[in-house]
Order: sequence, then C-alpha cells, then structure tokens
Amino acid sequence: MITVVLLGKLADLAGAPSLAVSAPLDWAGLKAALPEALAEALDDPRNRIALNGVLFADKASLEAGAGDEIALLPPVSGG
Amino acid sequence: MRDIRLLDRMFIPGTLIGPFTQANPGLGGVCTFVGEVRFDDGVEALELTHYEPLTLPGMHALADRAFERFDLMGLLMVHRVGEMRPGEPIVCVSAAALHRRDAIDAVDFCMDHLKSAAWFWKREKRGGEWHWIEPREQDHSDLARWQA
Repeated sequence: MITVVLLGKLADLAGAPSLAVSAPLDWAGLKAALPEALAEALDDPRNRIALNGVLFADKASLEAGAGDEIALLPPVSGG
Repeated sequence: MRDIRLLDRMFIPGTLIGPFTQANPGLGGVCTFVGEVRFDDGVEALELTHYEPLTLPGMHALADRAFERFDLMGLLMVHRVGEMRPGEPIVCVSAAALHRRDAIDAVDFCMDHLKSAAWFWKREKRGGEWHWIEPREQDHSDLARWQA
C-alpha cells in the first residue's frame, strides 16, 4: 500500500487526513484512486506534492511503490 | 546558541527568552518577537497543521539562511502547532548579536518567512465551524522585501 497524506483543505476533500491506496501507481493512477473532488484539485499547479518527505517538482512524472508516502500540499497559509 | 522547535502545547515565551539570552554571553543586543492568536471577532480557536518531514527541516533551513545573512550569535525559533485559543502564544523568535541591526533584522527576516513560506496550514473556528485560512497577499509582499 501507499499512504497518501492530505494537508490543509485537501484533507476535507478526502474526508480524512490520510488514505491508503494500492501500489504501485503513477500520476494518472493516483488521481484515479482518489475521490473525484480531490483528483480535480491535484491538477491545480498551486497544490504541490512530496514523495517520502521530499518535495517532488514534476507531479506528472510521479512513480510510487509499496511503502511510499505521498503528501498532497495545498498553498501554505503561514504560521 | 541555536534552538529551533515545534511545540504541540502551550508555552510561555518568557521561560525561553531568559535562558536563551544567558546562553549567548557577550552579546550586544537581543531582539525578540512573540506572536499571539489575535482576539478577532468571533474567533474561538485557531489550529495549525504541519507536515513533519517538511516543517521542522524547513525551519532549520530558514535558520541556516538567517545565520548566513546576518552576523548572529544565537537564534531561537519556536512555533506552535495544534489547537490554540485567542491570547495564546503561537510563535517566538529571538536573535542575539553583537550589534542591534543584525538581531532586529534577523527576527524580521525569520518572521516574514515563517508567515508566508513555512509549511503550516491554518484554520480558525467561528460559531463552532472550522474555516481554512487562505494565503494573504500582504504576506507575499512582506517576503519580497528580502529578495534583493
């Protein structure tokens, strides 16, 4: 399984702070595995992702395997 | 002396600032900023979420840049996460230096970056309901001051 961690308002779209999805998957596979509203939000360039705790610049080239953690990061609202 | 922390419970800034000042013997000046949750109309609580792998490392990277940019002896950067009530401290940044300008500017620099570029997501509770807070334009223009 792959853990998808949802931050900020993306957690509301998912209905949970994290989800487990089947491995392996790429960008299209990730979107297909998520609730529709969340999948749509992922295309917004302001929403960024991290793979295993490291920012991932080119979302479309994502390849994740079992045990990986993907974080979906909306724009920060600051401290 | 460098002390960078995320705290998940109430803290009293005064208890950090005294020891921090003592830990930088020979300093010429120390500048401290404490931010508290504002008593805005109808706000019952504020909640800050963070993402462990990015948030604290990001604060350390910010501290590194502050040490590169200013002539500092010490830097204290403490930020709350979790749920807070109006009046509770949310952030404390203190800088010790030989000269006041480095201490004052380092605190200003760290605060502008914490407010706009740090990995925090914020929501507030009004009338029993939580609302996410969107990024503010003012925070981005504050950040632009340092991009020379």
